Amino acid sequence: MHDFLQALGQHSFLQTALMAGLLASLGCGIIGTFVVVKRIAFMAGGIAHSVLGGMGAALYFGLDPVLGALLAAVFAAVLIGLVRLYWNAQEDTLIGAIWAIGMSIGILFISKTPGYSTDLMSFLFGNILLVPHRELWFMAALDLVLVLILALFYRQLLAVTFDEEFARLRGVPVGAFYLLLLCLVAVTVVLLIQVVGLILVIALLTLPAAIAGHYVHSLGSMMVIATLLGGLFTSTGLALSFGPDLPAGPTMILLAGGAYVVSALISRVLQRRRAAYKALKSAS
Amino acid sequence: MGSTTMAPSRHPRPARGAPVIGLDGVSFSYGEAPVLERVDLEILAGEFVGLVGPNAGGKSTLLKLVLGLLEPQQGRIHVLGRAPHHAVRWIGYVPQFPTFPRDFPISVAQVVLMGRLGRGTGIGWHRASDRAATRTALAEVEALDLAERRIGTLSGGQLQRVLLARALVSEPHILILDEPTANIDQRRESDIFDLLARLNERLTILVVSHDIAFISGYVDRVACLNRTLMCHSTASVDADFIHQLYGPNIRQVAHGGEPLELRHEH
Repeated sequence: MHDFLQALGQHSFLQTALMAGLLASLGCGIIGTFVVVKRIAFMAGGIAHSVLGGMGAALYFGLDPVLGALLAAVFAAVLIGLVRLYWNAQEDTLIGAIWAIGMSIGILFISKTPGYSTDLMSFLFGNILLVPHRELWFMAALDLVLVLILALFYRQLLAVTFDEEFARLRGVPVGAFYLLLLCLVAVTVVLLIQVVGLILVIALLTLPAAIAGHYVHSLGSMMVIATLLGGLFTSTGLALSFGPDLPAGPTMILLAGGAYVVSALISRVLQRRRAAYKALKSAS
Repeated sequence: MGSTTMAPSRHPRPARGAPVIGLDGVSFSYGEAPVLERVDLEILAGEFVGLVGPNAGGKSTLLKLVLGLLEPQQGRIHVLGRAPHHAVRWIGYVPQFPTFPRDFPISVAQVVLMGRLGRGTGIGWHRASDRAATRTALAEVEALDLAERRIGTLSGGQLQRVLLARALVSEPHILILDEPTANIDQRRESDIFDLLARLNERLTILVVSHDIAFISGYVDRVACLNRTLMCHSTASVDADFIHQLYGPNIRQVAHGGEPLELRHEH
């Protein structure tokens, strides 16, 4: 750990990596909370895998792959959202189709793009050490957009997440806010892909929020705790992977996954104790 | 906001006796199967109306039409002189089953606060007046002590009170309840209806119930729905009336002092 801190002082790529992890944690803390309570992790998976198509096409045409990723993610989010809102029965099939088609398009484009075939691995698994410095500004801007939208429309997003029928009766445009929520998921997925890659994106989106959900009773505190946990997992994962030269993304996710399992067990024990205490109290 | 700002624009409270809900020849079907056929119904301001009828008789569908969640294939509906979806913010609605996941991480106060949506622009955070209204609504249903509890830890009766507070916090003119006592034990049933009777002093109430005999002690008027409006009267509930509504396989069971109960004979 001492080595890591020393290296952190010397190498700007490590500082960039640390910042990238923290910026991604803010996005995954806020939006991951919605994904967990609204139970749309599968949908987020579909959106994430459509990203590869956008990235591949952007590389082929010589554009910024992050821009391609963002466009593909938002397109997939709106498509899935519209089908869910207006054509209920086909939702999961469509998500599966977008999942597969997105990946296929991406792999075709990448295979036809000279010199980029080795980078496929870093799209799939991410490489936080290779995040360019200018992407930090891009990530910070996306975080700012997320926080602004949340500040303006927290009540509507909460209502649409909690009880769609009631939100509609209170005059909230439910369809529009549902699509907005999915677009926010898309933006966050693009943020996270740069840190942990496509395969592991769902883990960082759901695990910190799920752990927070074991202990708190409000969406707001769930977001704060999930953000802090995300920051802890990315930073610690980076530090642990540095010495033995392990890939950083999987190290972060294993930390988060381990913490999730332990937390699930602890919260179960706590729940039983509470139930037993209640039974004892009502018996006496 | 300064002390001189106006209250948010409000629909004036309808004068007592003015029509607030009107259905005029309304028909509705899901696909092929007709659910409602040529229903005419008028409810006046200040009334307490019970809507009764057999399961699948169209009661919940009628509520959804009045709330603007469904559109009738034929006929016209007006609520407070407008189309239903323009009037819905002056309706407080209590659904039969909670339409949210019980394990959602949210406190009772936050759930009730959500009823304040649709007032003002809705942008940004809650105002102090929204939190004050939440406390008032919770106090009115005698659930102020539950404010900080997680929604999933409530009993059926407590949840029903909280859902009622969520409907009241928007300061509605009309209160619509779908089977408010279906999920709570019978001892609590009259508590809820005593509360509704108190609220009726300032609100028009439309309540759906399967328990026709029980609610007849509270409501001004009973409307009976079995695809069409079968009756529409203030007359007391007797055996003929029940046979007309439910068919002959129904038997009325009265036991000492208890409200009448309806049972299907198998």
